[in-house]
Amino acid sequence: MEGGTPGADGSGGGGSDGGGAAGRPDLDPVLTYEGVAVVAPDGTEVLRHVDLVVGGGRLTVLAGPSGAGKSTVLRLANRLEVPTTGVVRFRGTDLGDLDPRELRRRVGMVFQRPVVFGGTVRENLQVAAPGAGDDVVGAALERVGLPAELLDRNGDDLSGGEAQRMCIARTLLTGPEVLLMDEPTSSLDPVSRRAIEALARTLVDGGLTLLWVTHDLTQARRLADEVAVLVEGRNATADEAVRYMEGPDGADDEPGEGAR
Amino acid sequence: MSTTDIGWAGLAASLVLVAVAVGLSGWQRFHLSRSILWACARAAAQLFVVGFALKLVLDPDAPVAWAFVWVAVMVGFAGVTIRNRAREVPGIWLLGTLAMLAVVVVSLSVILGFGMFPVEGRTIVPLAGMMIGNSMTASVLVGRRIVGELRDKRDEVEARLALGHSWPDASRPYVRSALRTALVPQIESTKAVGLVFLPGAMTGLVLAGVDAADAVSIQLAIMYLILGSVATSITVIGLGLTRQLFTPDHRMRRIVRGAS
Repeated sequence: MEGGTPGADGSGGGGSDGGGAAGRPDLDPVLTYEGVAVVAPDGTEVLRHVDLVVGGGRLTVLAGPSGAGKSTVLRLANRLEVPTTGVVRFRGTDLGDLDPRELRRRVGMVFQRPVVFGGTVRENLQVAAPGAGDDVVGAALERVGLPAELLDRNGDDLSGGEAQRMCIARTLLTGPEVLLMDEPTSSLDPVSRRAIEALARTLVDGGLTLLWVTHDLTQARRLADEVAVLVEGRNATADEAVRYMEGPDGADDEPGEGAR
Repeated sequence: MSTTDIGWAGLAASLVLVAVAVGLSGWQRFHLSRSILWACARAAAQLFVVGFALKLVLDPDAPVAWAFVWVAVMVGFAGVTIRNRAREVPGIWLLGTLAMLAVVVVSLSVILGFGMFPVEGRTIVPLAGMMIGNSMTASVLVGRRIVGELRDKRDEVEARLALGHSWPDASRPYVRSALRTALVPQIESTKAVGLVFLPGAMTGLVLAGVDAADAVSIQLAIMYLILGSVATSITVIGLGLTRQLFTPDHRMRRIVRGAS
């Protein structure tokens, strides 16, 4: 929903109270978080108790202030982290029962800052698809709105926006069903930001499921089909979610901070 | 073979140079005079004690088993030294000790197995000492480099994991760079030998009156063995340490700064 409100009933909590994406039984749930808690090795509770359902073929925005645990929720879906308690499921199967390498190709991740490996754009893309020819990697670039001529360019010479789009192309080369995007525009200028948002919408319209983390409320309203709000490592209550989503837009033009 | 004995007077004469160092330190206010004197006194005490013990071990009538006991003690001390010099590297004491053990087993098997030197205390102890000494330095370097490299490039390693790479594949470019860094000084010193410096063993042999051609062949054999020993030790550290920094399900563990 363009400029959407938090969830169908405004709660945005995504929890068992039926808020946000969790309250849409008609959607095919792709990712499901059930009572997930994460405790860091130093004893810090990063996530306390999170329930969330991410419906297929939709763009779900996970919003919340910095430090709410949003990035950890994404990293759990890609199994770069594992829950201390609770279960995360992909299409109904506990992630712990899936081969992590296989899972990570089906549930792709785009990080907050573009991660460019040494070498050319071609070599960067071939990290995801070893041995892929120029036709394949060139098509991947064009899919994200970059010209195939960039293949010979050194990855370090790309602008921030180009680099992030190349990272998206690289992730798409693994053929994911779900794309996890961790504040992917927070370090970009407004033009690049809009370009990546448009790309995300195109990908979702093409059938991809997308979970997008942001603490930029304007962006959340602009992008989301569904919104879930986290505060202090837990689902926001309905009141908290409404209050948060109606809050000042401040973050729009500020670079984001890590939300881990 | 003529023997070279500098005698007590010769030893005392070498103290003139220590006096020069202390004088320079005082003149230029390095505040190192006490450190220099302490280092000299400690070296003298240690070497006299070691020399006395060595005399027992190297006695032609002493059982050769004593030499192997001596080598085992050296391996133990080397493990502790590696731990002390690389405290930020998790599990380095065990890995370092295992690496030194591997070095001793491999190098002594070659030396004694091919009959390069007779199986006697006077060959086993100094040869093992040289192999351990050189490998120890390389082990410290490679352990610190691997931890530093993977900690600094964590985002790149996780991006590779997120693309479905296994942990050995995701870490390989960074571990390879650390191993190269540790091996290159040994390769360089092997290339520069004779042109820039005369290695310790050869210098010792020439001073002890051995024919230069014989000293060269012994030194060459020792240098090749040292090169092999360094390569063995950094491989053991590289494989073992990298395995410790990842979980079996291909996640990267947190590397805590200053952990031992």
